[in-house]
Amino acid sequence: MGYIVELENVDKIYGENHVVKSLNLKVEEGEFLTLLGSSGCGKTTTLRMIAGFEEPTNGNIRVEGEAIEDKEPYERDVNTVFQSYALFPHMTIYDNIAYGLKMKKVPKDEVQERVLHMMDLVQLGGFEKRYPSQLSGGQKQRVAIARALINRPKVLLLDEPLGALDLKLRKQMQLELKRLQKKLNITFIYVTHDQEEALTMSDRIAIMHDGILDQLGTPTEIYEKPATRFVATFIGETNIFDGAVADVKDGQVQVTIENGIISAKDFMSKSGQYVTISVRPEKMKFRDTPTTDFTIPAVVKDYVYVGSIIKCVVELPNGNEIRIERLAGQELPELGTTIYPYWDMEDAVVIHGQEQEMLRAMDSIQFS
Amino acid sequence: MRMKRRKRTVLTRIRDVLFCAIIYLFLFLPISVIVVNSMNATTSKPYLAWKGFTLAWYVRLFDNTELLGSFRNTMIIAVVSTLLSTIIGTMGAVGMYKYKFKGKSIIDGLLYIPVVIPEIVLGISLLTIFSKVNIPRGMLTLILAHVTFSIPFVIFNVRARLAGYDNSIDEASMDLGANRIQTFFHVTLPVLAPGIAGGALLAFTLSIDDIIISYFVNGQVKTYPLRVMESIKSGVAPDVNALSTLILIATIVFVVLTQSGILNKNKKR
Ligand SMILES: Nc1ncnc2c1ncn2[C@@H]1O[C@H](COP(=O)(O)OP(=O)(O)OP(=O)(O)O)[C@@H](O)[C@H]1O
Ligand SMILES: [Mg+2]
Repeated sequence: MGYIVELENVDKIYGENHVVKSLNLKVEEGEFLTLLGSSGCGKTTTLRMIAGFEEPTNGNIRVEGEAIEDKEPYERDVNTVFQSYALFPHMTIYDNIAYGLKMKKVPKDEVQERVLHMMDLVQLGGFEKRYPSQLSGGQKQRVAIARALINRPKVLLLDEPLGALDLKLRKQMQLELKRLQKKLNITFIYVTHDQEEALTMSDRIAIMHDGILDQLGTPTEIYEKPATRFVATFIGETNIFDGAVADVKDGQVQVTIENGIISAKDFMSKSGQYVTISVRPEKMKFRDTPTTDFTIPAVVKDYVYVGSIIKCVVELPNGNEIRIERLAGQELPELGTTIYPYWDMEDAVVIHGQEQEMLRAMDSIQFS
Repeated sequence: MRMKRRKRTVLTRIRDVLFCAIIYLFLFLPISVIVVNSMNATTSKPYLAWKGFTLAWYVRLFDNTELLGSFRNTMIIAVVSTLLSTIIGTMGAVGMYKYKFKGKSIIDGLLYIPVVIPEIVLGISLLTIFSKVNIPRGMLTLILAHVTFSIPFVIFNVRARLAGYDNSIDEASMDLGANRIQTFFHVTLPVLAPGIAGGALLAFTLSIDDIIISYFVNGQVKTYPLRVMESIKSGVAPDVNALSTLILIATIVFVVLTQSGILNKNKKR
């Protein structure tokens, strides 16, 4: 399978502001790729460069192997669903959706047939004569999607298309979008800052952080093998331990952290290296006594019930809190008791090269 | 208790109606004088004493080629200058909204100057320019002058509409395959239309009744307001009243049509 969109060392600089930093991204044909990241990390800017509304400061963008730097937005086989919908307020829904075809001088009969078919597809039949101001948010969103799909683009760019909708409608539209994407077999590049949305909809997720692509992978890869400290904390809940490698043997490392020693399975570390270890709350275990691999005591502070899940908050001697998660009914330690948390070696992820992030995290610790 | 309250509401009602009556009287009495006087049968200056009803002035009006000619001049100047100032003003407003350039805020501020300086100053400066570059005073200079003072008003109106303009609809249009020119005509222009129409209407009104600036640059060409000003020296002739009444009727018809939405074909929006 070929790459339909390729970004090669793409930079975007606004004045002093380096917004996208040498981004490399290859999008496969027909996939649902999500750009995920916190607010201001450069997701919209990246989409706008692909669509042609912004020019990269450096680097190349190719669509179907063809460089598109010199192409105007209206010459690119790429269509966009805008976050604000951007429907034409002076046109009916029919005319909104037909706009792309009319610009391409498609014959009238064909326009009508394709528009009506598209309206059916997004379940807007019967709304032809209405104006955008007479629609609900969810309906406007469907119009925006239909309008962008009518030209049968090779790639559809969606910038937080569901951002303005309430939770229920969001969930419903997520399913519909996914269904549409499968049915039409169009490549979707989808921007969101909602990690749950990204995990449920995407074939692959690209996680951006401060203009840098931190990790590109399937939802499972991203969740189970986060490549950076940021990815680990951004996707799902996790417990983070920063420390220095004390000992390496048989594909297993012992790491000294502030309160003692923890261990994990790892073949890459060398003695003395700084590493970050991430363990998901549901993988945490505990017992009453320390072992040579896990020597950290913790005091059970609190329980939080979230539906069928119980979260147990335990405090380390340095005041850091970590979480243990269980299904309701499963065994958990009593409040106030001291336990020794541990985990199966392969359940921990060892992350390298995060000294910068570790320093930053340390800066934010408040000393009392 | 109840009686008392009812009495009070009746009194407030009477007071409100009275207020409205006085305000409308105040507004429309001067206008009605013109209408009434246009049907006055008097023939002696200063044409004020009521001598009975006649429509003769309306007939006479169509023999008064000088008066009709001045009215025709006014209409030509108004239409042409409105057209030009609307086009220039709209493009100016859109350009100043979309493109950032050095000194933009200065240019923005400068726009207010032609609006706030006394017309007499603008009149003199225009006259000076026209004589310096040797444009013969007449229709052309009148039109140029009217375009000059109308442009800022068009820009202000269009800009007010642009303030709420969502630039992403232009991007959506280009995204869907329309080039810049198509986008302007299919999206930008129709969305701005109410602002443009408002600006054009303002320009038209300003042009029709301008006296001061026209006085400086008219040469031998008489516009309707200039002609009326001249005739005033010997009292307002009833045929002037007759023409004014006709203009008034045309205006009222126009206002009623727009208010009731008959001219507004997209009133559903
Ligand atoms: N035209 C511009 N000029 C200067 N800076 C800009 C411009 N557009 C965006 N930026 C800056 O670039 C950074 C990234 O913006 P961008 O819109 O790509 O963020 P985002 O990831 O889409 O965020 P969000 O999730 O909030 O939409 C921000 O810090 C923003 O202030
Ligand atoms: Mg954004």
